[in-house]
Amino acid sequence: MSAHADTHDHDDHGHHHKETFVTKYIFSQDHKMIAKQYLITGTIMGVVGVIMSLMIRMQIAWPEEPNVIFEALLGKWAPDGVMDADIYLALVTIHGTIMVFFVLTAGLSGTFSNLLIPLQIGARDMASGLLNMISYWMFFLSSVIMVISLFVAAGPAAAGWTIYPPLSALPMAQGGSGMGMTLWLVSMAIFIASSLLGSLNYIVTVINLRTKGMSMTRLPLTIWAFFVTAIIGVVSFPVLLSAALLLIMDRSFGTSFFLSDIFLQGEVLHYQGGSPVLFEHLFWFLGHPEVYIVILPAMGLVSEIIATNSRKPIFGYRAMVAAILAIAFLSTIVWGHHMFISGMNPFLGSVFTFTTLLIAIPSAIKAFNWITTLWKGNLQFNTAMLFSIGLVSTFITGGLTGIILGDSALDINVHDTYFVVAHFHLVMGISALYGMFAGIYHWFPKMFGRMLNKNLGYIHFWVTAVCAYGVFFPMHFIGMAGLPRRYYTNSNFPLFDDLSNVNVIITIFALIGGAFQLVFLWNFFYSIFYGKKTVQNPWKSTTLEWTAPIKHIHGNWEGEIPHVHRWAYDYSKPGHDDDFVPQNIPLKEGEEELQH
Amino acid sequence: MTALLTIIVLVFITVAIWQMVKIFDLANANNENTQVANDKDNRVNGYLMLGFLAFIYVITIVCIVKWGDLPLMSNSASAHGPKIDNLMIISMVLIFIVQTITQFLLYYFAFKYKGEKGRKALFYADNDKLEFIWTIIPVIVLAGLIIYGLFTWSEIMNVNEDDDPLVIELYAQQFNWKARYGGADNTLGKANVRLIDIDKANILGLDESDPNAQDDIITTELHLPVGKPVLFKMRSQDVLHSAYMPHFRAQMNCVPGMITQFGFTPTITTAEMRETPEMLEKVANINKIRLEKSKMLTDKGEEALDRYEFDYLLLCNKICGKSHYNMQMKIIVESQEDYDAWIKEQKLFKNSLVQN
Repeated sequence: MSAHADTHDHDDHGHHHKETFVTKYIFSQDHKMIAKQYLITGTIMGVVGVIMSLMIRMQIAWPEEPNVIFEALLGKWAPDGVMDADIYLALVTIHGTIMVFFVLTAGLSGTFSNLLIPLQIGARDMASGLLNMISYWMFFLSSVIMVISLFVAAGPAAAGWTIYPPLSALPMAQGGSGMGMTLWLVSMAIFIASSLLGSLNYIVTVINLRTKGMSMTRLPLTIWAFFVTAIIGVVSFPVLLSAALLLIMDRSFGTSFFLSDIFLQGEVLHYQGGSPVLFEHLFWFLGHPEVYIVILPAMGLVSEIIATNSRKPIFGYRAMVAAILAIAFLSTIVWGHHMFISGMNPFLGSVFTFTTLLIAIPSAIKAFNWITTLWKGNLQFNTAMLFSIGLVSTFITGGLTGIILGDSALDINVHDTYFVVAHFHLVMGISALYGMFAGIYHWFPKMFGRMLNKNLGYIHFWVTAVCAYGVFFPMHFIGMAGLPRRYYTNSNFPLFDDLSNVNVIITIFALIGGAFQLVFLWNFFYSIFYGKKTVQNPWKSTTLEWTAPIKHIHGNWEGEIPHVHRWAYDYSKPGHDDDFVPQNIPLKEGEEELQH
Repeated sequence: MTALLTIIVLVFITVAIWQMVKIFDLANANNENTQVANDKDNRVNGYLMLGFLAFIYVITIVCIVKWGDLPLMSNSASAHGPKIDNLMIISMVLIFIVQTITQFLLYYFAFKYKGEKGRKALFYADNDKLEFIWTIIPVIVLAGLIIYGLFTWSEIMNVNEDDDPLVIELYAQQFNWKARYGGADNTLGKANVRLIDIDKANILGLDESDPNAQDDIITTELHLPVGKPVLFKMRSQDVLHSAYMPHFRAQMNCVPGMITQFGFTPTITTAEMRETPEMLEKVANINKIRLEKSKMLTDKGEEALDRYEFDYLLLCNKICGKSHYNMQMKIIVESQEDYDAWIKEQKLFKNSLVQN
């Protein structure tokens, strides 16, 4: 299918592919179908992840009380409905893994990179349809293995999503570190391979397959974000893979990369000379860029949606691109801020404080530019726009507390407390999720040819927005009071008894917010089949994907691929009757393209 | 009971959603409009934006008023604590200001420029001067924060050996803490987990032939003399743990295979801390909550909760396994005399060994 990269015409298009059900819906090499596959797999994993988070919250709010939901869902792990301490840690671990990797990396970036890169740059498909298909099916396989690991007799992996050894390396230290951890590692190794295949494909496609006139400076910000995200992924994911492989060797072949001097259950283990701190370095060399792998695509989507729905050009296009590049560069040299108190040299801590706080600068530029884009706009409050504004809001609220956590001196006391949990859930969890929702509401017509119901969208957004703040805002305060994260119950610490009512309030917000995601699910699956039919360009957008026919065809455009004559943000340009000028419309006589 | 309540709430919500869906569906049936926002949607959502801004401000104020009096802002019990607290307060005030302003701009603009049919947006794509301003302001502010932060950090982390600190080992294992004092020579004997000999009760793996180890003292409670610098040497025998002492603004991971360290000077004794007005209020509040809970427990025929009395604590703050949530040690800060009296009663290592 890569032959369609050819930008010239395809008269015989649609004739030379005989599509069966299997090649069209299952082993499809068409980027649009693969995008849908990513989205639906990601959504299902998201449901699993969210249900886990609600169980975690119920356990924290009502720790000693039997709960029929636990009894029903956890079975032997909740005798008489009282959750077991091991499964609590497993829930925390798998919730984190699923949400970070399976939902917000594959589900978000996988969906929209696949859908939008060829359509927005004017290509017939990805550079390699076959690799793209393999990438999806490896992701699917890794999802299946991760879900299977939940049913292991000794329990799923339970060492936290960061799987620090020795806890993750020694089955004697924790039940979940046996077969559960093995499956976790296998699943992640496959996931990483899938992610690398996808990323390479995105990079090559963006570099090689842009249509005539689509220079790098005319790319929509979505494409810039996906492109840079793919580069970060290629740079940092292999490091996690090597960490996982070394950990597998320590676990199964008796090497000592991460282990040394351990006495467990009455015996001295043979490990000598390794260091868990080395694992922390390797893990966070991916782990930190990973948060940008998650948030940059969301930011790209939101930049596009804010411009379209403000009917204004995105403010400061050059600065936005520069900020994406700066964030990408800085993201690879800040990993040590997760390790200020890991026992590494305090001087290193100083260096990482410096680089970490620098990230606030490009982040601030992005936030200010979004706000300025709204200024004197003609804002169309489609659901996607609401979620985009929501992202800017939670990104600011969550990002600001990064100034505290990135400061080594302050991190000493809030490290691994609920302050951290609140911070990263707002700045990358909720923000990226908002970006994903915004993307779904905006590009649903492109994906399925039908519209999502807007009133259900409004209900979904406003309840989610209130609940997200209701959950995570008070959480900062219990963190500052010193409450550690990952505690099965706080009832052994009377010191924290006065925080128990806060935890109940947070859980109630979480339950309501979680329940209202059903509105979205219903809207999503109902509208795929029965939603209102869309027009070709429902949001009056300038980018190329809306010039393609509603009905999906192999190769995206009938006949020739449109040529590009202008940047992606000619909204409300003086001298035009319409308030948008698509990229494929040639400049009028005497009209100048904006110097950007 | 709670479970039942939860389920009822969930069922209620589901029914509510179902009903709403039906209503909207009916409302949409006669409506030929597409699913694109119209002027009415823009107006309604514009006002909701303003309402949401108010919600953010209200929740901020409620949180600060109700839970803002935090141990993190007051009550620090170590010499370096106030420095961290100062930096924290400065950062917090800064965050509060930026948060208030930017959220206002975001939601106010969203409200003010809500779409109307026929209005055209301003074509405004760039302004180098403006962008320069909001690049340079964060640069200056962050430069200040970074410099202040780095000075504070290096002051805390550089242990001055000239102060002749009291050296104490914190020893972590699943799932408890031990403390080891150097004894009269204030020098810890050599140790390695390979030397652990359970039969002889050498549980921390001290080198029995090392003369420095002979007068070491191993305890399950951490006593510190007030006003004396302490240098903690951390060790773990199995997995990662983290020694977290929130009241002293102190935390350091315990890593198997290496020795980590953290030093501070306790400044307020346990007895003094219990008498501070903030702590009296906090403890009274906690005991009120515990009393209510006890009533519920005794009604069910279970044991009532103990009355709470404040103590400094050492908590484990790095996920370490099943009982991570219950890995703690009491810390008692007392006068030098009380400390001396206490340490004299403890068994020396050489006397604690079981001779076969």
